[in-house]
Amino acid sequence: MIEIKDVHFSYPNGVDALRGVSLTVQDGEFIAIMGQNGAGKTTLVKHFNGLLKPTRGSVLIDGVDTRKASVATLSRKVGLVFQNADHQLFSETVEDEVAFALKNFGFKENTVKKRVTWALNLLGLTQYKKISPFMLSGGERKRVALASVLAWNPKILILDEPTIGQDYQQKEKLRQFILQMKTQRKTVIIVTHDVEFVAECNPRVLLMRDGKIITDGEASKVLTNLEVLTEASIVPPQITQVFMQLSDLGMSKEVIDLYEAREILLNALKGDAE
Amino acid sequence: MSVFDGLKFRRVHSPIHDLDPRIKFLYVCAIFVIAILFMELLPLVVLFFMQIPFVVLAGVKREWIRSMKGAAFLAAVIFLTNFVFSFIYAGYATETLAQTLEYAIAMTLRFIVLVESFSIFFLTTSPDHLGLALEQSHVPYEFCFAFTTAVRFVPVLAEEAQTIMDAQKARGLELEGGNFLKRIRNYIPILIPLIVSAIRRSLELAEAMESRAWGATKNRTNLYVLKMRRGDLVLLAVTTGILAVAVYVRLFVPILPLISF
Repeated sequence: MIEIKDVHFSYPNGVDALRGVSLTVQDGEFIAIMGQNGAGKTTLVKHFNGLLKPTRGSVLIDGVDTRKASVATLSRKVGLVFQNADHQLFSETVEDEVAFALKNFGFKENTVKKRVTWALNLLGLTQYKKISPFMLSGGERKRVALASVLAWNPKILILDEPTIGQDYQQKEKLRQFILQMKTQRKTVIIVTHDVEFVAECNPRVLLMRDGKIITDGEASKVLTNLEVLTEASIVPPQITQVFMQLSDLGMSKEVIDLYEAREILLNALKGDAE
Repeated sequence: MSVFDGLKFRRVHSPIHDLDPRIKFLYVCAIFVIAILFMELLPLVVLFFMQIPFVVLAGVKREWIRSMKGAAFLAAVIFLTNFVFSFIYAGYATETLAQTLEYAIAMTLRFIVLVESFSIFFLTTSPDHLGLALEQSHVPYEFCFAFTTAVRFVPVLAEEAQTIMDAQKARGLELEGGNFLKRIRNYIPILIPLIVSAIRRSLELAEAMESRAWGATKNRTNLYVLKMRRGDLVLLAVTTGILAVAVYVRLFVPILPLISF
């Protein structure tokens, strides 16, 4: 469980990135943090594994204050995948890259091997295991970075902009994968601008603006609330936009799901036909 | 990263910022030459304090102090090696200890004076200004551009290094602890991504520039042209004066030691 109480954070150059954030994340929750650039999303998630320590307030991970634990110990529980994979790839082969963190955490040799095979298989990277990560495409490098964190099986997984540079098929795989994590009672937190992806995943959504959380709620409620979306500089998903245009037909405006939309429209059409 | 802070330029106006970078550079070179001319402590102390008015006039005290702090470690190393080796060289003689000490302090101060004057120069001269100065000194534009780009990217690189450190720490990398060799090895996961992304960025920059027709015209013109003003002439006169005095003192005046027991 993550408990954040009135967290403020200022960077050494004087920028106030967080101005009073309070939040509780239960085990097994799936959360999307959204908001415009500079709203404090990345700053907030860097508090979850202790990379940044709050200047005021407190962050507790399973009851442990992040100020009293090292990043390495917290990372064992909280896996953070950075936005730019190029900021962490350095090994000679993809295999070594994925094993790096496992070795840091002191896993045994054969456990390392097993975990690496498992993670590479999960993300469809087995064929590249002997290749240098620098030879891969942007999207593949991003998956290697994800595999290298997944390998130690953290309880809480944070993904910063996971959909950037991924084609539709990969996004769909990522979605399936997150749902799978959810069934294993893992906490997944994604930071993203991809409103369509969030609409398809239907998580709990946090909207941030100027270092504060301005809305916190179900995706179907938040992503259809034009007022708060405008405040956070987010455009509603396309399905929602269609239903907003159709509101004079007396249809629900709170629609983000494609199948739900289809049902509603079919029913309306049938009603007309009768 | 505090050493880089000394190189970070802030766009402000002051009598020092507005000086012609060519003259400022000449001044820095003169200080450099004088610092090399003397091995005695007294003139180096004078040289050190001579820079303070520049710092105050330019209003860059805080940044300057920070870059001096960044140089403190190297200064300590220089002091220790000089002291220890000249002590050994003197045959462990304790009667010349004062001399040895003075020599070591002088060598350290020489280094500090060099860092001091260069950091004043970089703190008060924008990269654009510097490029302009090079260009108008008839240095080929390709070199000027490479130089200004390099200076520009220092802070960007420092920021990127921080992000990479964060990313690797999040994968359980412990940077502190261990012996000297292990500490160096710890930095491999930081250095490789840093170098790779710097190379990648330079290639991207080159492509972006070529697609924007870089180098299409042979004769470049500039919106801003450097002109010598009264302040520049004053500094030029001061520089020549200092240099003349220094050469005179070097040749004809015996310098007394500062430390004696």
